[in-house]
Amino acid sequence: MTSTAYSTRADTTTATVDSSPDESAPFAGDAGPFRRRRPVALVGAVAQRTAAIAALLAVWETFPRLNLVDPTFLPPLSQVIEAWWTLATTGQLAQHVEASLARSLSGFGLAILVAVPLGLLIGWYRPVATLLNPLLEVFRNTAALALLPVFVLILGLGETSKIAIILYGCAWPILLNTISGVRTVDPLLVKSARSLGLSPLRLFGKVVLPAAVPTIFTGIRLAGAYSILILIAAELVGAKAGLGYLITYAQFNFDVPDMYAGIITISAIGLVINQLLVLLEHRFSSWRTS
Amino acid sequence: MTAKISFQGVGKTFSSRGRQLSALEDITFEVRRGEFLALVGPSGCGKSTLLDLLAGLSAPTTGEILVDGAPVTGPGLDRGVVFQQYALLPWRTAQANVEFGLEAKGVARRERADRARHFLDLVGLSGFGDRYPHELSGGMKQRVAIARSLAFDPDVLLMDEPFAALDAQTRDSLQDELLRIWERTNKTILFITHGIDEAVYLGQRVAVMTSRPGRIKKIIDIPLGSRTETEDLRSDPTFARYRHEIWTLLRDEVVKAQAQEHAADHWGTAGERRPRWHGLARSRPPRRGRRPGPAPTSDHQEAGVD
Repeated sequence: MTSTAYSTRADTTTATVDSSPDESAPFAGDAGPFRRRRPVALVGAVAQRTAAIAALLAVWETFPRLNLVDPTFLPPLSQVIEAWWTLATTGQLAQHVEASLARSLSGFGLAILVAVPLGLLIGWYRPVATLLNPLLEVFRNTAALALLPVFVLILGLGETSKIAIILYGCAWPILLNTISGVRTVDPLLVKSARSLGLSPLRLFGKVVLPAAVPTIFTGIRLAGAYSILILIAAELVGAKAGLGYLITYAQFNFDVPDMYAGIITISAIGLVINQLLVLLEHRFSSWRTS
Repeated sequence: MTAKISFQGVGKTFSSRGRQLSALEDITFEVRRGEFLALVGPSGCGKSTLLDLLAGLSAPTTGEILVDGAPVTGPGLDRGVVFQQYALLPWRTAQANVEFGLEAKGVARRERADRARHFLDLVGLSGFGDRYPHELSGGMKQRVAIARSLAFDPDVLLMDEPFAALDAQTRDSLQDELLRIWERTNKTILFITHGIDEAVYLGQRVAVMTSRPGRIKKIIDIPLGSRTETEDLRSDPTFARYRHEIWTLLRDEVVKAQAQEHAADHWGTAGERRPRWHGLARSRPPRRGRRPGPAPTSDHQEAGVD
């Protein structure tokens, strides 16, 4: 039981997170011609895009009803939605979502505040890079979740350790992308700005930083996805609220529909956060198209 | 006319992997105030190095460069550089790109906008100020780059093969525009090119460089008068004569440069320049197969055994 539930949840979350950046990128680019199409074609396109999801939902509803899968472990979708509605109307869901988002956004926000300046420093100053690179190599190859017990040991079971582990996990993609963004600035632009006699600081502010923004945003978008992934794992241990807690608690009490309701909510939040970040990224890097 | 720019025994040596590579040697010549001087030379002769030195982006190993009698110690807004690849900031509009140099100069915001618009007009890009570089053609991008360099009003314009990446027609029209702008603004222009026609067409004088290490081989006066007043100057017999004279001067150098490359290839002295190695490797049959035993780990080793 435990293993089935766990793997289903894990699969759903990873699949959402992995596929969303790839699918959203061409979608954002398609948006223009998409709007200009004739209504019939538009309906067709919408149908094409939603077909797979619709099929999944249909399977979810019918298979348990036909007893093709055990409805105890996978209740039909309608029951899950019912459970979700009850959770939503009683205010329980809001409470869990609030607790989760607070953790996730604080960790994510702090990661941006820490990793972007640090990445700029490492990317721009060669000595800093030489000094810190070996350390970075060691830690970037250590899975964030492997360190969760360490965080719990040192920072306790409370909010601090949860936010800290999210901060830690989110910092990596931001840090690495910021470093590479600064390093890969077109040398000709730097040369051209230098020929204007710009001081190193103004050169950084006017050329290097703006040139690195799109790459930094890619890191931030990845970190947004990580913040949700790590959040759930962090909430499996010693939490009293939050969607991760809801999922494990429901599973523990055999409230299987509630468990799925939690899973659906978390994947919806993941999708929304990713979409928002994609939009933001697109806005900041529109000059990079073509 | 007085000397605006003066090269005095300028040499530049690069060291790479323990070897000294002399890029420029004993460059001594002057560019007069308000003159349009074209500089031609075989590829790899150090033309761009020379321009970097004059722009203050690197320091000469020997000798010194004077602008208005004062030695060049670093980049400055008295010299504007136009690069072959435009070097426009892709996140800025054409207008904001032209303003970039003015920001460096510390011009007030209001005046920046006015001046940028004025210089975009001058290069024939009125109404394109709000376009981003990726929305402009190659020729238009180079116009923006020229406008940017003119806007902060340097005395000297340094142009490093600015039209080399453009198609023939765009190049012709930009050459005429550049001459028109030069006549209107009285700038001193040092124009680097590998095109003989371009050099003769644009330059009041043409300096021919030798193959590496680059020296000034000869400076030729081109007294063709105003280019913009003559129609189809390129088919004029006088034009052809100058063209041929420079072609002859350059041919020897190109032959020498190729011989150098060949020798370097054989003896491994050109190891400093990786791209050339790969270029040659592609055009020749692979040499690896000649020798039995394990494949050599680098081109250097191979050349050493040879």
